Amino acid sequence: MAKEAVKYVWEGAIPLQIHLHKSDVASHPAPPPALVLAPRIGYLPLLIPLIKPYFKDSLPPGEDSIWFDYKGFPLKWYIPTGVLFDLLCAEPERPWNLTIHFRGYPSNILIPCEGEDSVKWNFVNSLKEAQYIINGNCKNVMNMSQSDQEDLWTSVMNGDLDAYTRLSPKLKMGTVEDEFSRKTSLSSPQSQQVVPETEVAGQVKTARIPVRLYVRSLNKDFENLEDVPVIDTWDDISYLNSPVEFLREEGKCFTLRDAINSLLPEFMGDRAQTSGEERSIDDTEEADGSREMGEIKLVRIQGIEMKLEVPFSWVVNNLMNPEFYLHISVLVKAPQR
Amino acid sequence: MDSAREVSDGRLTVEGFSVASRAFADKWKIHNQSFPPWSWVPLINRTLLVSKKQEEGYLSLEKIIILSSLEEEIPEDESLNVATDCLEKEETVDHTILVPTMENEAHYYDFHIVYSASYKVPVLYFRGYCSGGEPLALDVIKKDVPSCSVSLLLESKWTFITQEEHPYLNRPWFKLHPCGTEDWIKLLSQSSSSSGCQMPIVLYLVSWFSVVGQVVGLRIPLEMLN
Repeated sequence: MAKEAVKYVWEGAIPLQIHLHKSDVASHPAPPPALVLAPRIGYLPLLIPLIKPYFKDSLPPGEDSIWFDYKGFPLKWYIPTGVLFDLLCAEPERPWNLTIHFRGYPSNILIPCEGEDSVKWNFVNSLKEAQYIINGNCKNVMNMSQSDQEDLWTSVMNGDLDAYTRLSPKLKMGTVEDEFSRKTSLSSPQSQQVVPETEVAGQVKTARIPVRLYVRSLNKDFENLEDVPVIDTWDDISYLNSPVEFLREEGKCFTLRDAINSLLPEFMGDRAQTSGEERSIDDTEEADGSREMGEIKLVRIQGIEMKLEVPFSWVVNNLMNPEFYLHISVLVKAPQR
Repeated sequence: MDSAREVSDGRLTVEGFSVASRAFADKWKIHNQSFPPWSWVPLINRTLLVSKKQEEGYLSLEKIIILSSLEEEIPEDESLNVATDCLEKEETVDHTILVPTMENEAHYYDFHIVYSASYKVPVLYFRGYCSGGEPLALDVIKKDVPSCSVSLLLESKWTFITQEEHPYLNRPWFKLHPCGTEDWIKLLSQSSSSSGCQMPIVLYLVSWFSVVGQVVGLRIPLEMLN
């Protein structure tokens, strides 16, 4: 069953309609937009070889420095395409209309991108960080042979799940038991999973899960997602690159809600669960009673709107990206101050 | 939650980082008066996310002015040619030389010490820019940094610099890679026992910076290590 879900994740794709920015149009008439199917687990710069042929005859002379924007909002190229889509389109737009630029790279906002090499470097770096979080060290990634690392990257670039499944065991990432199936996955040849559990005291086991959380905060409630305004600055998105401490207690299921609560405690509605004295003593707004809790409106992972009661172990074992990071997009209504 | 005074594995918790940062900033203020002080920037001001139980934040040292090296001047020690309000250099320097001219621009540097939740160690982020705000490229920055720092950069496997996005500011900064930090912190630990290499939390950042600072040409006085 686990394999099915992972297959869907790898096959997930977003139809893009790419428009050439008008300042880069040196031909008349302007070229029509390019239609490209972008893998969710892929990255925008990897699509450039597919897109460029559509526009190369229209470009002004000079060197290319390629970047993308969504309604004027420059896109961070090192975030997987699916995550960008889930985060920036409250109401999914199909096809997703993006603009490509070949000049005028906004290097005060975006880190430079030298094509595939930059994307690969970013991928390997994230993989090392994820491994460090899961295993406590990144020696397996570091010790991987150059050709194995190349092959692993190529399998991701090409969306080749079979090749990836053959190579990823070399990373020796630990595994996490599915809480709903009560089956240890260590001996199962079909396992493609995650994290070693470290025994703490008694029945509680903990594991660290690599999570990248992207939080978009809105000032008010919206009836329809399509009414949510388009974002205009990355400062409106809070990015949290922080591992989730996965707590395993006998008789309790650690849910996605628990995971998000550990990263965003201010947004979880069930105040009865937090003990009074854990509230910060300088939280004077609460004492006044004038502060309302924020509210989580939407949680998306791999394009799926998640029910928060799902066991976190299932999410981890099925919805991770190939670099072993779980990317979670959250839309929240900000607490009123 | 974490009342330990020492760490034995070279890594810090987020609370430990907060404690270590205050201690570092305090010692710096006392012993390193030729530099402006470090300030603590709480995350609560920086992002929409309200910080959790403890105050999370990072250390910031900004607008350090470095004049691009004048050809004639050979620095007495290997620290940066830092121009600050209270200049305490021993060589007789005519103050008019320190005024930026067309050939010798003033370069400004910002340094942030940020906690990495993934690696559980501090990470140094920095950037350089001209008076107009244009960012400086890494090869320009390397010219501002004394040559011994540059060789530390090139030859050491512990220190390499990459350009990445600042974790909170949505801008490209340079980052000194954290891999291996806990290993060399253990080497710096002042005592070791069967339970590991003990590093008092209040000295963690001081020890860390005594190494990391050198890579970017910032030295700390030895008194800070007491």
